[in-house]
Amino acid sequence: MGAGIGAGLVAIGAGLGIGKIGAAAMEGMARQPEASGKIQGAMLVIAALIEVAALFGLVICLLISLG
Amino acid sequence: MSAVYKRIKLILLVIALMATSGLVQSAQAAEGADSTKAFNASEVILHHVLDDHIWHFFDGHYGTWYLPIIVYTKERGLESFSSHHFYNENHEVVPYNGYKLEHNHIYLEATGEQVLDLSITKNVATLFINAIILLLVFTAVARGYKKNAGKAPKGIQALIEPIIVFVRDEVVKPNVGPKYEKFLPYLLTLFFFILFGNLLGLLPGASNLTGNIAVTATLAIGTFLITNLSGNASYWGHIFWTPGVPLPLRLIILPVEILGIFTKPISLAVRLFVAITAGHIVLLSLICLVFVFGSVYVGIGSSLIVMFINLIELLVAGIQAYVFTLFSSLYIGMAVAEHHHDDHH
Repeated sequence: MGAGIGAGLVAIGAGLGIGKIGAAAMEGMARQPEASGKIQGAMLVIAALIEVAALFGLVICLLISLG
Repeated sequence: MSAVYKRIKLILLVIALMATSGLVQSAQAAEGADSTKAFNASEVILHHVLDDHIWHFFDGHYGTWYLPIIVYTKERGLESFSSHHFYNENHEVVPYNGYKLEHNHIYLEATGEQVLDLSITKNVATLFINAIILLLVFTAVARGYKKNAGKAPKGIQALIEPIIVFVRDEVVKPNVGPKYEKFLPYLLTLFFFILFGNLLGLLPGASNLTGNIAVTATLAIGTFLITNLSGNASYWGHIFWTPGVPLPLRLIILPVEILGIFTKPISLAVRLFVAITAGHIVLLSLICLVFVFGSVYVGIGSSLIVMFINLIELLVAGIQAYVFTLFSSLYIGMAVAEHHHDDHH
């Protein structure tokens, strides 16, 4: 059960992080549409880093659940 | 849009659907052989994500590639044989020639101790395939570069050269600084090895090459060695005796910085390993959902979701290669940076 709760918390954490980055990216692109290519590139890379942090937690939860 | 593009898109869509359902088929075949047992999702997932001494493509007599086993012990020296000997007609694991195979590890049958396992496993075979692909692609690109000097690139050179230029101009040059040319071969090899390894792992029936902690640790050790062997006096000075801070703080910073020398490559290795392995586990879990529920509708929904997540995994493959190379360039850049101490310290 701990693994299940952990996995849920991990998903919340990843969602929050990527949501914040997405919000900042949207605002930046709205303020300066010419920079939207660069902002989009940076946003994807940061999203991948946040996702990896979330997957750290996910792997631990999987390890717990599979004994 | 022209008719040719429409047809190409249609063919690609059909291939994608077939590949996804092909994945589902292979998992079903693995389960169908033993239809009296309940479907054990975690076993199927772990079997596809971990390394193995045989390469199982599909069920049937010709579906498995029995890779060679090479073991070394002090008593018996170097011995090699096909892994076919470890499996009898019912595909159960049997001991052979004094060795036994348990949980993918080889032990001496008599004493139970572990042998030095140098076998060509699934991941090692994929590593060789990756190396051969890299050699073929880049010799072709180099030939094209020489042949088309001054003209527009053609063929595989037109595909790879913009990526090489991107890595050189956006990743290596700004982060390593003026001495970037010395490190460019290593960083380009790193980028393309990881990229091709990630992409190879996404093919149906492929092995999880860059999702193996040993492979990523070796790449990280490469970065670690290059960073620390090319560190100049300023780099080491900053680590052991950080300038510009009061003395008590320097003593606190010292163990943190020494730890930092090691945590940086460890983070590189673990980041790549987790990203790729977790991606594969997510894909496999969604496919195993079909067999847990045993319903056609779940099958259709799962295939669509798996196709979408496969596209995300393609993106992750590229991004993880980029991030590994970016951080390696950053660390190398920090090690070879020329500091002008009159500036800010």
